[in-house]
Order: sequence, then C-alpha cells, then structure tokens
Amino acid sequence: MALPKVLGIETEYGIQAVNVPDSNPTSAASLLINAYVSELAQGVGWDFEDESPGRDARGFVRDGAQAPEVERHLVNTVLTNGARYYVDHAHPEYSGPECSSPRQLVTYDRAGEVILQRSMAAARRILPPGQEIVVYKNNSDGKGNSYGCHENYLVDRAVPFPRLARLACAHLVTRQIYTGAGKVGCEEEGAERARFEISQRADFFEEEVGLETTLKRPIVNTRDEPHADPQRYRRLHVITGDANLAETATFLKVGVTALVLMLLEDDALGPRELVLAEPVRAIHEISHDPSLRTTLELVDGTTLTALELQWELYDLARKYAEERGLAAIGSEDEGTEVLQRWEHVLGALESDPASLSRELDWVAKYELVNAYCERHGCGLDDHRVAALDLQYHDLRPERSLFSRLRVDTLVDPAEVERAVTDPPPSTRAFFRGECLKRFAPSIVAANWDSIVFDVGQDALQRVPMMEPLRGTAAHVGTLLDEVHSPAELLARLSG
Amino acid sequence: MAERELKRRPAPQREAQETEEQEAPTTNERGEKLKAELDDLLDEIDEVLEDNAEEFVRNYVQKGGQ
Repeated sequence: MALPKVLGIETEYGIQAVNVPDSNPTSAASLLINAYVSELAQGVGWDFEDESPGRDARGFVRDGAQAPEVERHLVNTVLTNGARYYVDHAHPEYSGPECSSPRQLVTYDRAGEVILQRSMAAARRILPPGQEIVVYKNNSDGKGNSYGCHENYLVDRAVPFPRLARLACAHLVTRQIYTGAGKVGCEEEGAERARFEISQRADFFEEEVGLETTLKRPIVNTRDEPHADPQRYRRLHVITGDANLAETATFLKVGVTALVLMLLEDDALGPRELVLAEPVRAIHEISHDPSLRTTLELVDGTTLTALELQWELYDLARKYAEERGLAAIGSEDEGTEVLQRWEHVLGALESDPASLSRELDWVAKYELVNAYCERHGCGLDDHRVAALDLQYHDLRPERSLFSRLRVDTLVDPAEVERAVTDPPPSTRAFFRGECLKRFAPSIVAANWDSIVFDVGQDALQRVPMMEPLRGTAAHVGTLLDEVHSPAELLARLSG
Repeated sequence: MAERELKRRPAPQREAQETEEQEAPTTNERGEKLKAELDDLLDEIDEVLEDNAEEFVRNYVQKGGQ
C-alpha cells in the first residue's frame, strides 16, 4: 500500500534592497530574517548534525562535489509553526513544516508569504526612512539566474530509485501546464528571447537525473537525505516546480504529484509506461508554447501533447481511486478534491484556457500581459512588460499585481494566520513547534528529525524524530499539556 | 491525433462545479465581465507599476540560487 503522503514545500524568495547603501543580497536576506526573528520572543538555531546533501539516491556519496547547502555562520532559525527560516545562497528561504495533506500544505505555504511580508515590515522599522528590502515570490531574475521552490514527498524505500525516476519524469515535465507561474522572456541560451513562457523554471533544466540543484539542474533530483528512518523512507526532492501565488496551482502541484507517487508505489502506472524520449527538450518546448499544441515523443515511438499525457495520468489515478481509495493523500475527501480540480483544469485547458485566469498563475499572467500589450501597443520585449512580470510576484500588498487579480483562494485566511505561529497537528512538526513554544530557553537546536535539549545535565539530550507521522497532537498533545518542564518531558518520553 | 480522437473522456464528476455553473452567467457574459474588470485593472496597474521600468528591471539581479 502507498505510504501516507507527508508533504513539504520550501521557497527561496527573490530579494531586492532599495536605496540601502553597501548592501549585498546575503546581508539584505540576513537583515530581513533577523528583523523578523528578533521581534519574536524565542530564537532557536538549526542543528546541522544530520545534514548530508551529497548523498545520492543512486547509491553513492559524493565527497566535496558540492558546497555545503547552507553556510553555517548565516542566519538559520526554527519557527514555532515547525518551519525553518534561513539564508540560503543569498536568498531568504522558508522551508515549511511537514504537512499531511495538500490543503494543509497550501495553508503553510501561504503562512510563509505572511512571514516574509512581516519580515519586510520589521526590516522597514529598522532601516532609515526611504530604505527598504523587497521580497518577490518568483524563480527567475530574467537574466539567466534562477532560484528554487522545492517540494518534498515521503516515498516508500521499497520502490527502486531508477524505477521512480523513470516513471515520475513524464509527470514532472508535463505538469507545468497547470503549475507554471508564467514568464516573459526566454532564458534558454540561443533561443528567441521575446516570448511568453508557461514556466519560470523550465529553461534551467539541462539533465534528466542528477544530484545538482544550482547548475546543470536535473528534472529528477537524486538527493538522498530522507530526514527520517532511512530503512523505510525516501524523501523525493522535486526541484522543477515554480513558486506559485495561486492557491489552486499549489494545491494541484502537490496534490497531483502525491497522487502520481501513490500510483507509482502501488504499481498502478501502467501497463503502458509513459516515458518521454527526450524529457529535457520536452520540458523546454512545453514551456515555450502557451497554445499547448507541442507534441512529445515517448520511448515507445508514440507522440502526444502534455495535456494528453496528463489526461492519461488522470485516467489511471481515477481508476486507482475507485479500486483502492485515496486516504493516503490526507483523506478520501481531499483525494477526491484533487481529482476533481485536476479534471476541471485539464478540461478547461483543452476547451478554454483563458477561463482559468482566476485559478492558474501562468494563465492569469498571460491574460494580463496580453491585455497590457494591447492597450499600450507594445511588444513582449518592452521594459514595462518585464516590470509587470516581476511585479506580479512582489509580496508588498500595495505593489503586488497578483493580489489585484482577485484569484480564487482555497484556504481560510484565519487558518493561514494560525499557521504563522502554530504547527500542523498531524505530523511530527507538531512536537517540534510545540516544544519551541513551551520550552525555547531549554532547546539548543532543532532540525527535521531531532530536537536537542539542555536541561542542566552534563550532556545535552537529543530527542530523535525519525517517524514523520509520530509526535502529532493525537500522539503527544496530552503529554505536552501535562508536563511542567522540559526535564519532565524528557523523563516521560524515556519512561 | 488518431489516438486522442478515439479516446473518450470519462464522464465528468463535477458535483461541486455543477451547482456553481447553474447560477453562473453564460460564457460570453462572463467573458465580457472579465474584460471589463481587466480594463479597470489595467488602469490600476498603470498607477502602481514601478516608475522607471527599465531601471527597475535592470537592477533586479538574483545570483546564487538553487
């Protein structure tokens, strides 16, 4: 049976220091995060003990082939909602807590936006008047530099990685027709520049499978760092996604990908194997064609469009749902919602893509850009259109173009507000976040799979959390309410 | 494509959307309404778009990302 799909999403935000003298991106990102964290009561650092970004799922460890993921001297903190908030490669990055359903993930992704907005406000209070640090939720500067929005999925270790890579690839290439955030200006070397692209990220993928995330980016990333029991679990780290503002796009990006992985775990992706003959070429060509007519070749010699390939996956998923149910995606109801929204979006992309301008980022942006060009009689190479594209992603409410488009929302703003401070109750993030809320002064460090306490004894006490679905409110909520000190908590846990 | 034409879409399961569609205006009216809203939006955008678009775009450089 497919494992319950524990999900995560992490976003590197674009950052711009306005009128700040001697500023560089790293110092601006540090100032931004420090400004936010220093206004909170507690500050707990990240624990690097179990980080191994050089471990490859294909079965080897690369030594020194990649710089450490995070420079240790930079700001790096854990929030009470269970997220990690830090400076990564000169960008502020919010790594949301582990979630147990796509809707919950959308809520925590939106909470990340609120945290970045509050960080901008906190930085303004520190900086002299006229100076500002501005944050963008996008993935490209339009000059060939990209930064990521990565997803994480808990997958059964029993699935051989080569099979996982072979079968997940076609989905990761074609899902951009609803997950794309849209972009003006192609960044592929040698390609015509002035055009609209479906995806922010597609231009930057050069390999089919690999370990890198910053250069020669692969469609299937092989980083083997489960942050959980390595005998049972794999964490599939997906790096092809765009950072979405439209909640429907985030919901489908994560929901459908989780569904496809469930099918893969239960051997339900067949009998016909959807394997692309040239996935790297395909990911570029699909992005370059908002008409969605581009055809792709499969290794069996047949051709089909990205939309047709997604329909094939949909049909398999629907059959799977009827036979085995969708509880592994959070609940039957939510699994059904993923299927229904997926079907609705594919149908609309087929018949009337413009009708999705309130649901999908790339369609919203495409309609906006086309209307702007028509009104001002300009082309896609106009600076104002490039500015429009960037400003779509500006997180300042008064400047955001996205927020003016009245795109449909899925999650309750009150839930988002709670998610800024409270962890999801249904994963181990609950234990991490609640411990931080209650016992921050006694916590030396925390990371995804452990918390280190200092309760005044000779040795620091590490509490391992190798099971992503233990440490939930149902599991430890009563215990946390009953204990009065971290020492008592540790005694009860070991007792 | 022959393969695509032969393929029959499964009967849509759209309970949630059907109720919405019954009350929604026709596609044409909806299109007109969206267009009017887009016009208002373009007025707004002309006001909030960064003053010096060329400089704004030139200065937006993001090195060192994943």
